[in-house]
Amino acid sequence: MSIFLNENSKVIVQGITGGEGTKHTTKMLAAGTNIVGGVNARKAGQTVTIGGKDLTVFGTVEEAMKETGADVSVVFVPPKFAKDAVIEAIDAEIGLAVVITEGIPVHDSAYFWAHAVAKGNKTRIIGPNCPGIISPGKSNAGIIPADIAGPGKIGLVSKSGTLTYQMMYELREIGFSTAIGIGGDPVIGTTHIDALEAFEADPETAAIVMIGEIGGDAEERAADFIKANVTKPVVGYVAGFTAPEGKTMGHAGAIVSGSAGTAQAKKEALEAAGVKVGKTPSETAELMREIIAAL
Amino acid sequence: MDLYEYQAKELFAAHGVPVLPGKTVETPEEAAAAAAEIGTAVVVKAQVKTGGRGKAGGVKLANDPDEAKEKAQAILGLDIKGHTVHRVLVTEASDIAEEYYFSFLLDRSNRTFLAMASAEGGMEIEQLAVERPEALAKVPVDAIAGVDRAKADEIVAQAKIPAAVADEAAEVIVKLWETFVSEDATLVEVNPLVRDPQDKIIALDGKVTLDENADFRHPGHADLVDQRTEDPLEAKAKAKNLNYVKLDGEVGIIGNGAGLVMSTLDVVAYAGEKHGGVKPANFLDIGGGASAEVMAAGLDVILGDPAVKSVFVNVFGGITACDAVANGIVEALKILGDGATKPLVVRLDGNNVEEGRRILNDANHPLVTQVDTMDNAADKAAELAAAGA
Repeated sequence: MSIFLNENSKVIVQGITGGEGTKHTTKMLAAGTNIVGGVNARKAGQTVTIGGKDLTVFGTVEEAMKETGADVSVVFVPPKFAKDAVIEAIDAEIGLAVVITEGIPVHDSAYFWAHAVAKGNKTRIIGPNCPGIISPGKSNAGIIPADIAGPGKIGLVSKSGTLTYQMMYELREIGFSTAIGIGGDPVIGTTHIDALEAFEADPETAAIVMIGEIGGDAEERAADFIKANVTKPVVGYVAGFTAPEGKTMGHAGAIVSGSAGTAQAKKEALEAAGVKVGKTPSETAELMREIIAAL
Repeated sequence: MDLYEYQAKELFAAHGVPVLPGKTVETPEEAAAAAAEIGTAVVVKAQVKTGGRGKAGGVKLANDPDEAKEKAQAILGLDIKGHTVHRVLVTEASDIAEEYYFSFLLDRSNRTFLAMASAEGGMEIEQLAVERPEALAKVPVDAIAGVDRAKADEIVAQAKIPAAVADEAAEVIVKLWETFVSEDATLVEVNPLVRDPQDKIIALDGKVTLDENADFRHPGHADLVDQRTEDPLEAKAKAKNLNYVKLDGEVGIIGNGAGLVMSTLDVVAYAGEKHGGVKPANFLDIGGGASAEVMAAGLDVILGDPAVKSVFVNVFGGITACDAVANGIVEALKILGDGATKPLVVRLDGNNVEEGRRILNDANHPLVTQVDTMDNAADKAAELAAAGA
């Protein structure tokens, strides 16, 4: 199984002709992703050859879906045009839109999220400002390096890209069903809770690593969800214990305001839900190894 | 980016939100002149980006220009919660009949916007939310529908703002929403929003936070950045497009990716507990593409911090290959030459790590120590910082 993305996923790339789009399409193809085309209204009808594969550039997501049967879009469109690109994907009712773009104004993200809700949530949005999702050995939609870890029974959900890589690397000997980077922006589509729910239902996932960071209350809400709904073992890590109040730490969402959003509060909430929380990435990985060994 | 009160009010005025006339000045003499120009009793208000100005003695009433000069003299240079007062806003003193609270903000949990309003203003909102939660209306605002007059009426009614000024308040709320949306703000707060004896609604204070991701459509927002109060190292980093936050410790940190860098700060702080309590000196995320230029720029900023005693470069090669990062470090040290004086602990892992480590070994730079794991590297960096302190 895996979640949200599997060997049958047909992937298109919005912004395939841009520098990032082309570079990562090459890498996704090399990882075995079934990429079936791209979208760029200004280059509609052209064919691009990437990684030895001829890919048609369609004018719209809707057209690409009709012609190729695509059910996943990876969005590399620059921040200025990202809102329209995501709305286009939502209007076409594609099943999954993975928004890699960093630096989208939060009013734009809030707008396309509201649009997705108004359209009945037919499109799952991952991101924005995220590394994407990989189901190792099956498909890779985004920029997570495919060679860090292979398939296995851990599910991983993280706000941070490089911590996703670090944790996959630490646990590469066990492997992953799916690893998903949900992004560090204040408004994101898929949440920790969405991923936890899907991992709980996925027979290939035996245990879950959840990586959070300061800011917001997503981890606390995830803790409540775990307590009520997750039977599989969950290990947690929260970055930013030493972050001072009022300073944004890289991610727009990573800020401690007053007593809200601290790493300590998140750790306590997770532990109260029975989640083992590591102090460092390596300690977190060790906790997971112990759990897997005891299964 | 947080704005000063006077900047917030300038945006308010531009969007038709009523504010009182005022002038921002930097000397007591200018304050007297501003008071004379306004021609009524004035309030002299410290311009700092923090709350609690009144309690700290940063807001004072002055009945005439001489008093304005005297009050400005007392306020300028004050330290309010670590913020030095460099300028004051001299503004008309208003007669207040009632004080209300109003704000628009981003509601992260619900992925939408929220209006918060109360007929009981004046007190800190955190205090109001705790002590009188029933008096604080929280009204979700749909990002697409926004706030029209009907929505504003709903907010006014829920906040229990008196009927006599309900229309006027609703009009102001629509204009505050226009400010919030068209300026790409993540917070617009007015506390207090006042009713004067003539039943006019006025924004007596203003707090605005702007979304820097939206700067591309607001060229004017660049002018709102206050270079003077920005930390000089932060200003230097910003000029080089680096994501840098100055902290209080001794171990300089460079890493790739916000989450990994935050995690690095934690691991260094834990390691520091065993080495005389040394702490991270900064947050610096060089992002995905760690080119030699970016690495050099990052090292240059960090080595410019006199508090730094050692530097920890922590990179997980994802998209960026470790050999490129290693070359970046070697080149950066060449570019900096004698400017590089502090020990560097480097931990590389991930994409093409063997080649990266080989490059650093071959370069054999006297300041560079390679350590294989993040934990051990943090320990080494803390040890070196403690030794150099």
